[in-house]
Amino acid sequence: MSRVDLNDLNSQYVDVFKELGNIGAGNASTALAHMLNMKVDMSVPEVSLLEFKDAGSILGGEETIVCGVYLSVQGDITGSIMFLLDVSSAKKLTNKLMGIESTTEGLDEMEGSALKEIGNIITSAYLNSLATLTGLKILPSVPDLCIDMAGAILSVPAIEFGTVGDKILLIKNRFSEGLEGHFILVPDLESYDTILSAIGM
Amino acid sequence: MSEIIKVGMADLKTCKSPDAVTTLGLGSCVGVAIWDPVTKIGGLAHVMLPDSTKVKNNINVYKFADTGIEELVRLILEMGAGKSRLKAKIAGGAQMFAFQNKSDMVRVGDSNVIASKKKLAELGIPLVAEDTGENYGRTVVFYPENGDFYIRAIGKDEKVI
Repeated sequence: MSRVDLNDLNSQYVDVFKELGNIGAGNASTALAHMLNMKVDMSVPEVSLLEFKDAGSILGGEETIVCGVYLSVQGDITGSIMFLLDVSSAKKLTNKLMGIESTTEGLDEMEGSALKEIGNIITSAYLNSLATLTGLKILPSVPDLCIDMAGAILSVPAIEFGTVGDKILLIKNRFSEGLEGHFILVPDLESYDTILSAIGM
Repeated sequence: MSEIIKVGMADLKTCKSPDAVTTLGLGSCVGVAIWDPVTKIGGLAHVMLPDSTKVKNNINVYKFADTGIEELVRLILEMGAGKSRLKAKIAGGAQMFAFQNKSDMVRVGDSNVIASKKKLAELGIPLVAEDTGENYGRTVVFYPENGDFYIRAIGKDEKVI
């Protein structure tokens, strides 16, 4: 029996994962700053446990078009991680990275590819901090990108959470210059225990 | 005044004509619409996972294809629908990311579609139309008035099945 119950909001274990989320997001911001060679300010991330039926309404509603970069995680823990951002933020980020000013609607192939790489670096920074903190080996897979309705993209991590609970753990990051991103970390149930043991709980 | 009732993820809602039911942004989940064309009573379930017996945490019956469909049928029969007249349409079950191939998660969209069809067959409810699979999200609206199932996707024309 796992010690972690995702449905119990007051559990101190959930607080631990919130804190891990904060640290990971901080590292991700630093990686973003290095990559873009600019100052990236970050507000304190908001961490929330959402009911499935409410999850779709973040990011401006279920039908809002968003970009999701998704990686699976292997090693001492297994699961997946997703980095979500709205199309205008994605556009700003990729254009900054490539040093262009694109005026087209949506993302073209190059921008999509650049976004995959940004997602890769940001999520890897996130996972690295988790690995350093816990001393666990965490290996991310090659990233995959999907641009579609928020509800449809969120259904993927929601389904993974669905096998263990009825809520989804979401970390919202507001970077500088109107950039906003979300992280969704989905460890498998056994992995929660592995992480807790690794930090001595 | 007719109303369009919203169904969230792992949720289900029933309605009677002229009202309609909708669910926004179906990804790998499946939207199962069941209705009785005579009494025009129907409902829509937004199921996330195929099988409640394979998961320990199965308190929310709406979450699974097997228990969700069963519950939807029970509720619309309670409202006065005739069991022998029930028909079903399904949509969703997309594969949003190319690499979603973790061992126990093998194409969860497909599994959801297969499980939904199996449950409908078990209950003897004919599946009259479907729009499933592929790799894009769908928004659906179902009208029990005539059984029209509207499907919208990004960059595609709206269709009715």
